[in-house]
Amino acid sequence: MNKIPNRQAICDVLIEQANTDKDIVVLCSDSRGSASFAPYVAAHPDQYVEVGIAEQNLVSIAAGLAKCGKKSFVASPACFLSTRSYEQAKVDVAYSNTNVILIGISGGISYGALGMSHHSAQDIAAMASVPNMRVYIPSDRHQTKCLIEALLKDEKPAYIRVGRNPVEDIYEEGNVPFEMDKATVIAEGTDVAIIACGEMVKPAADAAELLKAKGISATVLDMYCIKPLDTEAIIKAANNAKAVITVEEHSPFGGLGSMVSQVVGRECPKKVINLALPDEPVITGTSQEVFDYYGLNAEGIAKTAMELV
Amino acid sequence: MNSLKVKSFDLRKNVIDMIIEGKGGHIGGDMSVIDILISLYLKNMNVSPANKDDENRDRFVMSKGHSVEAYYAVLAEAGFFDIRDVIAQFSKFGSKFIGHPNNKLPGIEMNSGSLGHGLPVCVGMALAGKMDKKDYRVYTVMGDGELAEGSVWEGAMAAGHYKLDNLCAVVDRNRLQISGCTEDIMCHDDLGARFASFGWHVITIDGHNYDELDAAFAEAKATKGQPTVIIANTIKGFGSPVMENKANWHHKVPTADEYEQIMKDFAQRKEAALNE
Repeated sequence: MNKIPNRQAICDVLIEQANTDKDIVVLCSDSRGSASFAPYVAAHPDQYVEVGIAEQNLVSIAAGLAKCGKKSFVASPACFLSTRSYEQAKVDVAYSNTNVILIGISGGISYGALGMSHHSAQDIAAMASVPNMRVYIPSDRHQTKCLIEALLKDEKPAYIRVGRNPVEDIYEEGNVPFEMDKATVIAEGTDVAIIACGEMVKPAADAAELLKAKGISATVLDMYCIKPLDTEAIIKAANNAKAVITVEEHSPFGGLGSMVSQVVGRECPKKVINLALPDEPVITGTSQEVFDYYGLNAEGIAKTAMELV
Repeated sequence: MNSLKVKSFDLRKNVIDMIIEGKGGHIGGDMSVIDILISLYLKNMNVSPANKDDENRDRFVMSKGHSVEAYYAVLAEAGFFDIRDVIAQFSKFGSKFIGHPNNKLPGIEMNSGSLGHGLPVCVGMALAGKMDKKDYRVYTVMGDGELAEGSVWEGAMAAGHYKLDNLCAVVDRNRLQISGCTEDIMCHDDLGARFASFGWHVITIDGHNYDELDAAFAEAKATKGQPTVIIANTIKGFGSPVMENKANWHHKVPTADEYEQIMKDFAQRKEAALNE
Protein backbone atom coordinates (compact mmCIF):
# COMPACT_ATOMS: atom_id res chain seq x y z
CA MET A 1 0.00 0.00 0.00
CA ASN A 2 1.29 3.43 -0.99
CA LYS A 3 2.10 5.65 2.00
CA ILE A 4 2.32 8.97 0.17
CA PRO A 5 -0.81 11.16 0.17
CA ASN A 6 -1.56 13.26 -2.88
CA ARG A 7 -0.82 16.48 -0.98
CA GLN A 8 2.75 15.30 -0.48
CA ALA A 9 3.02 14.51 -4.18
CA ILE A 10 2.11 18.15 -4.89
CA CYS A 11 4.76 19.35 -2.46
CA ASP A 12 7.40 17.13 -4.11
CA VAL A 13 6.63 18.50 -7.57
CA LEU A 14 6.74 22.10 -6.38
CA ILE A 15 10.02 21.61 -4.49
CA GLU A 16 11.57 20.33 -7.70
CA GLN A 17 10.03 22.91 -10.04
CA ALA A 18 10.81 25.85 -7.74
CA ASN A 19 14.51 25.06 -8.09
CA THR A 20 14.42 26.44 -11.60
CA ASP A 21 11.19 28.42 -11.70
CA LYS A 22 11.71 31.38 -9.39
CA ASP A 23 8.20 32.71 -10.00
CA ILE A 24 6.59 29.84 -8.08
CA VAL A 25 5.24 31.01 -4.72
CA VAL A 26 3.46 28.80 -2.20
CA LEU A 27 1.12 30.37 0.36
CA CYS A 28 -0.31 28.71 3.47
CA SER A 29 -2.63 29.81 6.26
CA ASP A 30 -0.82 28.20 9.20
CA SER A 31 -1.41 25.05 7.17
CA ARG A 32 2.09 24.06 6.02
CA GLY A 33 1.99 21.02 8.29
CA SER A 34 -1.54 19.93 7.37
CA ALA A 35 -0.67 20.43 3.72
CA SER A 36 2.58 18.41 3.94
CA PHE A 37 4.37 21.55 2.76
CA ALA A 38 6.96 21.86 5.53
CA PRO A 39 9.68 20.37 3.27
CA TYR A 40 8.86 22.97 0.61
CA VAL A 41 9.15 25.78 3.17
CA ALA A 42 12.54 24.41 4.26
CA ALA A 43 13.75 24.11 0.66
CA HIS A 44 12.41 27.42 -0.66
CA PRO A 45 11.87 29.88 2.19
CA ASP A 46 12.15 32.82 -0.24
CA GLN A 47 9.35 31.44 -2.39
CA TYR A 48 6.93 30.96 0.46
CA VAL A 49 4.43 33.33 2.11
CA GLU A 50 2.88 32.55 5.48
CA VAL A 51 -0.40 34.37 5.90
CA GLY A 52 -1.56 33.03 9.25
CA ILE A 53 -5.07 31.85 9.93
CA ALA A 54 -6.75 34.21 7.48
CA GLU A 55 -8.11 32.45 4.42
CA GLN A 56 -9.63 35.56 2.83
CA ASN A 57 -6.29 37.31 3.04
CA LEU A 58 -4.56 34.15 1.81
CA VAL A 59 -6.40 34.08 -1.50
CA SER A 60 -6.33 37.84 -2.13
CA ILE A 61 -2.59 38.01 -1.43
CA ALA A 62 -2.07 35.08 -3.81
CA ALA A 63 -3.98 37.00 -6.49
CA GLY A 64 -1.92 40.15 -5.92
CA LEU A 65 1.32 38.17 -6.19
CA ALA A 66 0.07 36.51 -9.38
CA LYS A 67 -0.89 39.86 -10.88
CA CYS A 68 2.76 40.85 -10.48
CA GLY A 69 4.13 37.81 -12.30
CA LYS A 70 4.15 35.08 -9.65
CA LYS A 71 2.66 31.60 -10.00
CA SER A 72 0.73 31.32 -6.77
CA PHE A 73 -0.05 27.93 -5.22
CA VAL A 74 -2.35 28.24 -2.22
CA ALA A 75 -2.47 25.23 0.12
CA SER A 76 -5.12 25.28 2.82
CA PRO A 77 -7.77 22.86 4.11
CA ALA A 78 -10.48 22.49 1.45
CA CYS A 79 -13.23 23.11 3.99
CA PHE A 80 -12.00 26.66 4.64
CA LEU A 81 -10.55 27.44 1.22
CA SER A 82 -13.77 26.63 -0.59
CA THR A 83 -16.06 28.53 1.78
CA ARG A 84 -14.30 31.16 3.91
CA SER A 85 -12.42 32.55 0.92
CA TYR A 86 -15.08 31.83 -1.70
CA GLU A 87 -15.61 35.47 -2.65
CA GLN A 88 -11.86 36.02 -2.98
CA ALA A 89 -11.67 32.93 -5.22
CA LYS A 90 -14.58 34.23 -7.28
CA VAL A 91 -13.50 37.88 -7.62
CA ASP A 92 -9.72 38.11 -7.15
CA VAL A 93 -8.82 34.79 -8.78
CA ALA A 94 -11.47 33.78 -11.31
CA TYR A 95 -12.98 37.14 -12.29
CA SER A 96 -9.68 39.02 -12.32
CA ASN A 97 -8.12 36.00 -14.09
CA THR A 98 -5.00 35.69 -11.96
CA ASN A 99 -2.53 32.82 -12.12
CA VAL A 100 -3.56 31.19 -8.85
CA ILE A 101 -3.90 27.48 -8.15
CA LEU A 102 -6.05 26.83 -5.09
CA ILE A 103 -5.20 23.50 -3.47
CA GLY A 104 -7.88 22.30 -1.09
CA ILE A 105 -6.16 19.75 1.10
CA SER A 106 -7.81 17.08 3.26
CA GLY A 107 -10.93 17.58 1.17
CA GLY A 108 -14.27 15.82 1.22
CA ILE A 109 -14.71 14.01 4.54
CA SER A 110 -10.97 13.42 5.10
CA TYR A 111 -11.30 15.03 8.52
CA GLY A 112 -14.05 12.51 9.29
CA ALA A 113 -14.43 12.68 13.04
CA LEU A 114 -13.83 16.44 13.23
CA GLY A 115 -17.35 17.13 12.06
CA MET A 116 -19.10 19.10 9.37
CA SER A 117 -17.11 22.31 9.92
CA HIS A 118 -14.10 20.41 8.59
CA HIS A 119 -15.83 18.66 5.70
CA SER A 120 -15.88 20.07 2.18
CA ALA A 121 -18.65 18.12 0.51
CA GLN A 122 -19.76 21.26 -1.33
CA ASP A 123 -16.55 22.38 -3.01
CA ILE A 124 -17.24 21.03 -6.52
CA ALA A 125 -20.61 22.76 -6.62
CA ALA A 126 -19.16 25.98 -5.25
CA MET A 127 -16.07 26.23 -7.40
CA ALA A 128 -17.40 24.78 -10.65
CA SER A 129 -20.19 27.34 -10.76
CA VAL A 130 -17.72 30.24 -10.87
CA PRO A 131 -16.89 31.28 -14.46
CA ASN A 132 -13.20 30.86 -15.34
CA MET A 133 -12.51 28.52 -12.40
CA ARG A 134 -11.31 25.04 -13.35
CA VAL A 135 -11.86 22.16 -10.92
CA TYR A 136 -9.72 19.04 -10.60
CA ILE A 137 -9.90 16.11 -8.20
CA PRO A 138 -7.03 13.76 -9.00
CA SER A 139 -7.14 10.13 -7.96
CA ASP A 140 -3.67 8.87 -7.08
CA ARG A 141 -0.28 10.45 -6.40
CA HIS A 142 1.06 9.80 -9.90
CA GLN A 143 -1.87 11.48 -11.59
CA THR A 144 -1.60 14.35 -9.07
CA LYS A 145 2.02 14.89 -10.11
CA CYS A 146 1.07 14.97 -13.80
CA LEU A 147 -1.73 17.43 -13.07
CA ILE A 148 0.50 19.89 -11.21
CA GLU A 149 3.11 19.72 -13.96
CA ALA A 150 0.40 20.44 -16.54
CA LEU A 151 -1.00 23.36 -14.52
CA LEU A 152 2.46 24.93 -14.34
CA LYS A 153 2.36 25.23 -18.12
CA ASP A 154 -0.55 27.66 -18.26
CA GLU A 155 -1.55 30.81 -16.41
CA LYS A 156 -5.21 30.20 -15.65
CA PRO A 157 -6.95 29.78 -12.28
CA ALA A 158 -7.84 26.35 -10.92
CA TYR A 159 -9.12 24.67 -7.79
CA ILE A 160 -7.75 21.24 -6.90
CA ARG A 161 -9.01 18.99 -4.15
CA VAL A 162 -6.89 16.25 -2.61
CA GLY A 163 -7.61 14.02 0.36
CA ARG A 164 -5.72 13.65 3.61
CA ASN A 165 -4.89 9.97 3.42
CA PRO A 166 -2.62 8.06 1.05
CA VAL A 167 -4.55 6.55 -1.83
CA GLU A 168 -3.64 3.17 -3.21
CA ASP A 169 -1.80 3.55 -6.52
CA ILE A 170 -3.95 3.26 -9.61
CA TYR A 171 -1.26 4.16 -12.11
CA GLU A 172 2.41 3.27 -12.41
CA GLU A 173 5.12 5.82 -11.88
CA GLY A 174 6.54 6.98 -15.20
CA ASN A 175 3.70 5.35 -17.11
CA VAL A 176 0.65 7.45 -16.26
CA PRO A 177 -1.96 7.64 -19.02
CA PHE A 178 -2.50 11.36 -18.41
CA GLU A 179 -3.87 13.83 -20.90
CA MET A 180 -4.86 17.29 -19.62
CA ASP A 181 -8.64 17.72 -19.37
CA LYS A 182 -9.29 14.20 -20.68
CA ALA A 183 -10.74 11.49 -18.46
CA THR A 184 -8.61 8.39 -18.06
CA VAL A 185 -10.28 5.17 -19.18
CA ILE A 186 -9.40 2.53 -16.59
CA ALA A 187 -11.66 -0.23 -17.90
CA GLU A 188 -13.96 -0.68 -20.87
CA GLY A 189 -17.24 -2.58 -20.82
CA THR A 190 -20.73 -2.70 -22.29
CA ASP A 191 -23.11 -3.18 -19.37
CA VAL A 192 -22.50 -0.22 -17.12
CA ALA A 193 -20.39 2.95 -17.14
CA ILE A 194 -18.93 3.97 -13.77
CA ILE A 195 -17.66 7.54 -13.65
CA ALA A 196 -15.72 8.52 -10.54
CA CYS A 197 -13.29 11.12 -9.24
CA GLY A 198 -10.68 11.41 -6.49
CA GLU A 199 -10.69 8.77 -3.80
CA MET A 200 -13.70 7.07 -5.39
CA VAL A 201 -11.74 6.00 -8.47
CA LYS A 202 -9.99 3.08 -6.77
CA PRO A 203 -13.26 1.55 -5.41
CA ALA A 204 -14.82 2.09 -8.85
CA ALA A 205 -11.98 0.17 -10.46
CA ASP A 206 -12.29 -2.56 -7.82
CA ALA A 207 -16.05 -2.72 -8.40
CA ALA A 208 -15.41 -3.41 -12.09
CA GLU A 209 -13.33 -6.44 -11.06
CA LEU A 210 -16.10 -7.68 -8.75
CA LEU A 211 -18.62 -7.23 -11.57
CA LYS A 212 -16.42 -9.08 -14.04
CA ALA A 213 -16.57 -12.11 -11.77
CA LYS A 214 -20.37 -11.89 -12.00
CA GLY A 215 -20.28 -11.66 -15.78
CA ILE A 216 -21.01 -7.91 -15.92
CA SER A 217 -18.67 -5.71 -17.91
CA ALA A 218 -18.09 -2.11 -16.84
CA THR A 219 -16.41 0.96 -18.21
CA VAL A 220 -14.58 2.93 -15.53
CA LEU A 221 -13.68 6.57 -16.11
CA ASP A 222 -11.33 8.52 -13.85
CA MET A 223 -12.94 11.94 -14.27
CA TYR A 224 -10.26 13.94 -12.47
CA CYS A 225 -11.18 16.91 -14.68
CA ILE A 226 -14.51 18.05 -13.24
CA LYS A 227 -14.33 21.35 -15.07
CA PRO A 228 -13.74 21.45 -17.96
CA LEU A 229 -15.64 18.17 -17.91
CA ASP A 230 -14.63 15.59 -20.51
CA THR A 231 -18.08 15.33 -22.09
CA GLU A 232 -16.80 13.35 -25.05
CA ALA A 233 -15.63 10.54 -22.77
CA ILE A 234 -18.95 10.58 -20.89
CA ILE A 235 -21.00 10.33 -24.11
CA LYS A 236 -18.84 7.52 -25.43
CA ALA A 237 -19.00 5.55 -22.19
CA ALA A 238 -22.75 6.11 -21.79
CA ASN A 239 -23.50 5.17 -25.38
CA ASN A 240 -21.72 1.86 -24.90
CA ALA A 241 -23.54 1.01 -21.64
CA LYS A 242 -27.06 0.27 -20.47
CA ALA A 243 -26.80 2.64 -17.50
CA VAL A 244 -24.41 5.07 -15.83
CA ILE A 245 -23.23 5.27 -12.21
CA THR A 246 -21.39 8.27 -10.84
CA VAL A 247 -19.39 8.05 -7.61
CA GLU A 248 -18.07 11.01 -5.65
CA GLU A 249 -17.08 12.16 -2.19
CA HIS A 250 -19.42 15.14 -2.36
CA SER A 251 -22.94 16.32 -1.64
CA PRO A 252 -25.59 14.82 -3.94
CA PHE A 253 -26.15 18.29 -5.38
CA GLY A 254 -24.04 20.15 -7.90
CA GLY A 255 -21.14 17.70 -8.06
CA LEU A 256 -19.84 15.18 -10.57
CA GLY A 257 -23.14 13.28 -10.57
CA SER A 258 -25.17 16.38 -11.39
CA MET A 259 -22.77 17.37 -14.15
CA VAL A 260 -22.63 13.91 -15.73
CA SER A 261 -26.43 13.64 -15.54
CA GLN A 262 -26.76 16.90 -17.47
CA VAL A 263 -24.57 15.56 -20.25
CA VAL A 264 -26.22 12.13 -20.43
CA GLY A 265 -29.72 13.63 -20.29
CA ARG A 266 -28.90 15.97 -23.14
CA GLU A 267 -26.78 13.77 -25.38
CA CYS A 268 -27.69 10.11 -24.81
CA PRO A 269 -30.59 9.75 -22.34
CA LYS A 270 -30.46 6.72 -20.07
CA LYS A 271 -30.61 5.92 -16.39
CA VAL A 272 -27.97 7.61 -14.22
CA ILE A 273 -27.51 6.72 -10.55
CA ASN A 274 -25.52 9.21 -8.46
CA LEU A 275 -23.65 7.67 -5.54
CA ALA A 276 -22.61 10.46 -3.20
CA LEU A 277 -22.62 11.56 0.42
CA PRO A 278 -26.05 12.27 1.93
CA ASP A 279 -27.54 15.74 2.32
CA GLU A 280 -26.82 15.78 6.04
CA PRO A 281 -23.81 15.97 8.36
CA VAL A 282 -22.06 12.65 7.79
CA ILE A 283 -21.67 9.99 10.46
CA THR A 284 -18.56 10.19 12.65
CA GLY A 285 -15.65 8.01 11.65
CA THR A 286 -12.54 7.58 9.56
CA SER A 287 -12.84 8.14 5.80
CA GLN A 288 -13.06 4.42 5.15
CA GLU A 289 -15.65 3.87 7.86
CA VAL A 290 -17.75 6.70 6.46
CA PHE A 291 -17.40 5.47 2.86
CA ASP A 292 -18.36 1.93 3.91
CA TYR A 293 -21.37 3.17 5.86
CA TYR A 294 -22.78 4.97 2.83
CA GLY A 295 -21.88 2.26 0.33
CA LEU A 296 -19.16 4.36 -1.31
CA ASN A 297 -16.92 1.32 -1.72
CA ALA A 298 -16.32 -1.43 -4.29
CA GLU A 299 -19.11 -3.62 -2.90
CA GLY A 300 -21.62 -0.76 -2.81
CA ILE A 301 -20.83 0.35 -6.35
CA ALA A 302 -21.00 -3.25 -7.63
CA LYS A 303 -24.32 -3.81 -5.85
CA THR A 304 -25.79 -0.71 -7.52
CA ALA A 305 -24.52 -1.91 -10.90
CA MET A 306 -26.04 -5.37 -10.46
CA GLU A 307 -29.41 -3.85 -9.61
CA LEU A 308 -29.23 -1.77 -12.77
CA VAL A 309 -28.35 -4.44 -15.34
CA MET B 1 -3.71 78.33 -8.46
CA ASN B 2 -3.55 74.53 -8.52
CA SER B 3 -4.24 73.28 -12.04
CA LEU B 4 -5.37 69.85 -10.83
CA LYS B 5 -7.89 71.43 -8.52
CA VAL B 6 -9.19 73.52 -11.42
CA LYS B 7 -9.39 70.41 -13.57
CA SER B 8 -11.20 68.46 -10.85
CA PHE B 9 -14.44 70.35 -11.50
CA ASP B 10 -14.35 69.47 -15.21
CA LEU B 11 -13.85 65.83 -14.30
CA ARG B 12 -16.68 66.04 -11.79
CA LYS B 13 -18.92 67.24 -14.63
CA ASN B 14 -17.86 64.19 -16.67
CA VAL B 15 -18.86 61.97 -13.76
CA ILE B 16 -22.29 63.57 -13.51
CA ASP B 17 -22.80 63.28 -17.29
CA MET B 18 -21.82 59.61 -17.14
CA ILE B 19 -24.36 58.97 -14.38
CA ILE B 20 -27.12 60.83 -16.25
CA GLU B 21 -26.42 58.82 -19.43
CA GLY B 22 -26.10 55.54 -17.56
CA LYS B 23 -29.18 56.29 -15.44
CA GLY B 24 -27.42 55.54 -12.17
CA GLY B 25 -24.15 55.73 -10.30
CA HIS B 26 -22.47 56.14 -6.92
CA ILE B 27 -22.37 59.89 -7.20
CA GLY B 28 -21.62 60.90 -3.58
CA GLY B 29 -18.52 58.76 -3.20
CA ASP B 30 -17.34 59.76 -6.68
CA MET B 31 -17.25 63.37 -5.55
CA SER B 32 -15.41 62.58 -2.31
CA VAL B 33 -12.74 60.34 -3.87
CA ILE B 34 -12.00 62.08 -7.14
CA ASP B 35 -9.34 64.48 -5.84
CA ILE B 36 -7.40 61.53 -4.38
CA LEU B 37 -7.54 59.75 -7.75
CA ILE B 38 -6.56 62.88 -9.67
CA SER B 39 -3.60 63.44 -7.38
CA LEU B 40 -2.47 59.83 -7.83
CA TYR B 41 -2.98 59.36 -11.58
CA LEU B 42 -2.14 62.84 -12.79
CA LYS B 43 0.78 63.53 -10.49
CA ASN B 44 1.97 61.12 -7.83
CA MET B 45 1.86 57.63 -9.39
CA ASN B 46 4.23 56.29 -12.01
CA VAL B 47 1.62 54.80 -14.31
CA SER B 48 0.37 55.95 -17.69
CA PRO B 49 -0.82 54.48 -21.00
CA ALA B 50 2.83 54.48 -22.11
CA ASN B 51 4.04 52.24 -19.28
CA LYS B 52 0.85 50.34 -18.41
CA ASP B 53 2.51 46.97 -19.12
CA ASP B 54 5.93 47.85 -17.70
CA GLU B 55 6.70 45.60 -14.75
CA ASN B 56 8.15 48.58 -12.87
CA ARG B 57 4.96 50.66 -13.04
CA ASP B 58 3.20 51.62 -9.85
CA ARG B 59 0.13 49.47 -9.09
CA PHE B 60 -3.29 50.73 -8.06
CA VAL B 61 -6.39 48.84 -6.93
CA MET B 62 -9.71 50.68 -6.59
CA SER B 63 -10.97 48.87 -3.52
CA LYS B 64 -14.10 51.03 -3.26
CA GLY B 65 -15.04 49.87 -6.74
CA HIS B 66 -18.48 51.45 -6.66
CA SER B 67 -16.84 54.85 -7.22
CA VAL B 68 -16.00 53.64 -10.70
CA GLU B 69 -17.41 56.74 -12.41
CA ALA B 70 -14.76 58.92 -10.80
CA TYR B 71 -12.16 56.29 -11.66
CA TYR B 72 -13.23 56.25 -15.32
CA ALA B 73 -13.15 60.04 -15.50
CA VAL B 74 -9.60 60.12 -14.11
CA LEU B 75 -8.33 57.19 -16.24
CA ALA B 76 -9.75 58.93 -19.32
CA GLU B 77 -8.02 62.17 -18.35
CA ALA B 78 -4.78 60.19 -17.95
CA GLY B 79 -5.24 58.96 -21.53
CA PHE B 80 -6.27 55.35 -21.04
CA PHE B 81 -9.49 55.81 -23.02
CA ASP B 82 -11.74 58.49 -24.49
CA ILE B 83 -14.11 60.15 -22.04
CA ARG B 84 -16.71 60.55 -24.80
CA ASP B 85 -16.88 56.77 -25.14
CA VAL B 86 -17.31 56.37 -21.40
CA ILE B 87 -20.12 58.93 -21.13
CA ALA B 88 -21.92 57.48 -24.16
CA GLN B 89 -21.59 53.84 -23.11
CA PHE B 90 -21.51 53.78 -19.30
CA SER B 91 -23.75 50.99 -17.96
CA LYS B 92 -25.40 50.50 -21.36
CA PHE B 93 -26.25 47.03 -22.67
CA GLY B 94 -23.08 45.16 -23.61
CA SER B 95 -20.82 48.07 -22.61
CA LYS B 96 -17.29 47.45 -21.37
CA PHE B 97 -17.72 50.45 -19.06
CA ILE B 98 -19.64 48.57 -16.39
CA GLY B 99 -20.58 49.72 -12.90
CA HIS B 100 -17.42 48.45 -11.21
CA PRO B 101 -13.76 48.37 -12.33
CA ASN B 102 -12.91 45.61 -14.79
CA ASN B 103 -9.41 44.71 -15.89
CA LYS B 104 -10.39 44.15 -19.48
CA LEU B 105 -10.10 47.94 -19.71
CA PRO B 106 -6.63 49.42 -20.13
CA GLY B 107 -5.17 50.82 -16.92
CA ILE B 108 -7.27 48.73 -14.55
CA GLU B 109 -5.25 46.05 -12.75
CA MET B 110 -7.91 44.15 -10.84
CA ASN B 111 -11.65 43.67 -10.93
CA SER B 112 -13.32 44.97 -7.82
CA GLY B 113 -16.80 45.61 -6.50
CA SER B 114 -16.80 43.33 -3.47
CA LEU B 115 -15.53 45.46 -0.61
CA GLY B 116 -12.55 44.56 1.54
CA HIS B 117 -10.51 42.98 -1.26
CA GLY B 118 -8.25 45.81 -2.41
CA LEU B 119 -5.91 46.00 0.56
CA PRO B 120 -5.17 42.23 0.75
CA VAL B 121 -4.61 42.12 -3.03
CA CYS B 122 -2.22 45.05 -2.70
CA VAL B 123 -0.36 43.20 0.07
CA GLY B 124 0.31 40.47 -2.51
CA MET B 125 1.46 43.02 -5.09
CA ALA B 126 3.74 44.70 -2.56
CA LEU B 127 5.19 41.34 -1.45
CA ALA B 128 5.94 40.50 -5.09
CA GLY B 129 7.78 43.82 -5.41
CA LYS B 130 9.86 43.02 -2.34
CA MET B 131 10.63 39.49 -3.55
CA ASP B 132 11.76 40.78 -6.93
CA LYS B 133 13.59 43.79 -5.45
CA LYS B 134 11.63 46.16 -7.64
CA ASP B 135 10.97 49.71 -6.54
CA TYR B 136 7.41 50.15 -7.78
CA ARG B 137 4.85 51.33 -5.27
CA VAL B 138 1.39 49.93 -4.61
CA TYR B 139 -1.69 52.04 -3.85
CA THR B 140 -5.27 51.33 -2.92
CA VAL B 141 -8.23 53.53 -2.01
CA MET B 142 -10.84 52.24 0.42
CA GLY B 143 -14.07 53.76 1.62
CA ASP B 144 -14.59 54.29 5.34
CA GLY B 145 -17.78 52.22 5.38
CA GLU B 146 -15.70 49.45 3.78
CA LEU B 147 -13.51 49.30 6.88
CA ALA B 148 -16.17 47.20 8.61
CA GLU B 149 -15.06 44.29 6.39
CA GLY B 150 -12.86 41.93 8.41
CA SER B 151 -10.66 41.19 5.41
CA VAL B 152 -9.41 44.81 5.49
CA TRP B 153 -7.87 44.10 8.87
CA GLU B 154 -6.44 40.76 7.77
CA GLY B 155 -4.65 42.72 5.05
CA ALA B 156 -3.62 45.48 7.46
CA MET B 157 -2.15 42.85 9.80
CA ALA B 158 -0.13 41.20 7.03
CA ALA B 159 1.12 44.55 5.65
CA GLY B 160 2.36 45.50 9.10
CA HIS B 161 3.87 42.06 9.72
CA TYR B 162 5.81 42.14 6.45
CA LYS B 163 6.74 45.83 6.90
CA LEU B 164 5.52 46.69 3.41
CA ASP B 165 6.81 50.24 3.03
CA ASN B 166 6.08 50.06 -0.71
CA LEU B 167 2.36 49.99 0.11
CA CYS B 168 0.17 53.04 0.66
CA ALA B 169 -3.53 52.79 1.47
CA VAL B 170 -5.84 55.77 1.31
CA VAL B 171 -9.11 55.91 3.23
CA ASP B 172 -11.74 58.14 1.63
CA ARG B 173 -13.07 59.27 5.01
CA ASN B 174 -16.34 60.91 3.99
CA ARG B 175 -18.20 59.66 7.08
CA LEU B 176 -21.30 58.59 5.19
CA GLN B 177 -22.42 55.24 3.83
CA ILE B 178 -25.62 54.12 2.17
CA SER B 179 -27.66 53.88 5.38
CA GLY B 180 -26.33 56.99 7.06
CA CYS B 181 -23.40 58.20 9.17
CA THR B 182 -20.51 55.73 9.38
CA GLU B 183 -20.13 56.40 13.07
CA ASP B 184 -23.74 55.40 13.75
CA ILE B 185 -23.60 52.28 11.60
CA MET B 186 -20.23 50.94 12.74
CA CYS B 187 -17.99 53.47 14.36
CA HIS B 188 -14.33 53.96 13.51
CA ASP B 189 -13.22 55.81 16.63
CA ASP B 190 -9.50 56.56 16.62
CA LEU B 191 -9.11 55.22 13.12
CA GLY B 192 -5.48 56.29 12.93
CA ALA B 193 -4.73 54.52 16.21
CA ARG B 194 -6.32 51.37 14.86
CA PHE B 195 -3.99 51.32 11.86
CA ALA B 196 -1.02 52.36 14.00
CA SER B 197 -1.65 49.39 16.28
CA PHE B 198 -1.20 47.13 13.22
CA GLY B 199 2.21 48.69 12.59
CA TRP B 200 1.22 51.35 10.07
CA HIS B 201 2.45 54.90 9.63
CA VAL B 202 -0.60 57.16 9.73
CA ILE B 203 -1.08 60.51 7.97
CA THR B 204 -4.30 62.49 8.27
CA ILE B 205 -5.13 65.15 5.68
CA ASP B 206 -7.87 67.10 3.95
CA GLY B 207 -8.59 64.83 0.98
CA HIS B 208 -9.68 67.75 -1.19
CA ASN B 209 -6.45 69.72 -0.67
CA TYR B 210 -3.94 68.97 -3.43
CA ASP B 211 -0.94 70.30 -1.52
CA GLU B 212 -1.77 68.07 1.42
CA LEU B 213 -2.25 65.09 -0.92
CA ASP B 214 1.17 65.73 -2.52
CA ALA B 215 2.84 66.04 0.86
CA ALA B 216 1.17 62.88 2.16
CA PHE B 217 2.19 60.75 -0.84
CA ALA B 218 5.74 62.09 -0.54
CA GLU B 219 5.82 61.29 3.18
CA ALA B 220 4.48 57.79 2.50
CA LYS B 221 7.22 57.21 -0.06
CA ALA B 222 9.86 58.41 2.38
CA THR B 223 8.57 56.21 5.20
CA LYS B 224 10.65 53.06 5.56
CA GLY B 225 9.98 49.82 7.39
CA GLN B 226 6.21 50.13 7.61
CA PRO B 227 3.20 50.65 5.33
CA THR B 228 1.43 54.02 5.28
CA VAL B 229 -2.25 54.83 5.51
CA ILE B 230 -3.49 58.25 4.48
CA ILE B 231 -6.75 59.08 6.19
CA ALA B 232 -8.17 61.57 3.74
CA ASN B 233 -10.99 63.52 5.36
CA THR B 234 -13.43 64.26 2.58
CA ILE B 235 -16.97 65.46 1.99
CA LYS B 236 -19.37 63.08 0.31
CA GLY B 237 -20.85 64.85 -2.71
CA PHE B 238 -18.07 67.50 -2.64
CA GLY B 239 -18.49 70.19 -5.27
CA SER B 240 -22.07 71.29 -4.78
CA PRO B 241 -24.24 71.91 -1.70
CA VAL B 242 -26.99 70.05 -3.55
CA MET B 243 -25.13 66.80 -2.83
CA GLU B 244 -22.70 67.55 -0.02
CA ASN B 245 -22.94 65.50 3.17
CA LYS B 246 -26.22 63.90 2.15
CA ALA B 247 -26.40 60.14 2.60
CA ASN B 248 -29.23 59.82 0.07
CA TRP B 249 -26.79 60.95 -2.65
CA HIS B 250 -24.84 57.68 -2.22
CA HIS B 251 -26.45 56.39 -5.43
CA LYS B 252 -28.62 58.86 -7.27
CA VAL B 253 -29.33 60.49 -10.60
CA PRO B 254 -29.75 64.28 -10.40
CA THR B 255 -33.00 65.79 -11.68
CA ALA B 256 -32.79 68.44 -14.41
CA ASP B 257 -33.06 71.23 -11.82
CA GLU B 258 -30.46 69.62 -9.59
CA TYR B 259 -28.15 69.14 -12.58
CA GLU B 260 -28.42 72.81 -13.47
CA GLN B 261 -27.60 73.88 -9.92
CA ILE B 262 -24.73 71.40 -9.59
CA MET B 263 -23.16 72.70 -12.81
CA LYS B 264 -23.46 76.29 -11.57
CA ASP B 265 -21.77 75.28 -8.32
CA PHE B 266 -18.96 73.46 -10.15
CA ALA B 267 -18.39 76.52 -12.35
CA GLN B 268 -18.28 78.78 -9.33
CA ARG B 269 -15.80 76.56 -7.48
CA LYS B 270 -13.68 76.21 -10.60
CA GLU B 271 -13.60 79.99 -10.93
CA ALA B 272 -12.57 80.28 -7.29
CA ALA B 273 -9.83 77.69 -7.82
CA LEU B 274 -8.55 79.63 -10.81
CA ASN B 275 -8.23 82.73 -8.67
CA GLU B 276 -6.55 81.06 -5.70
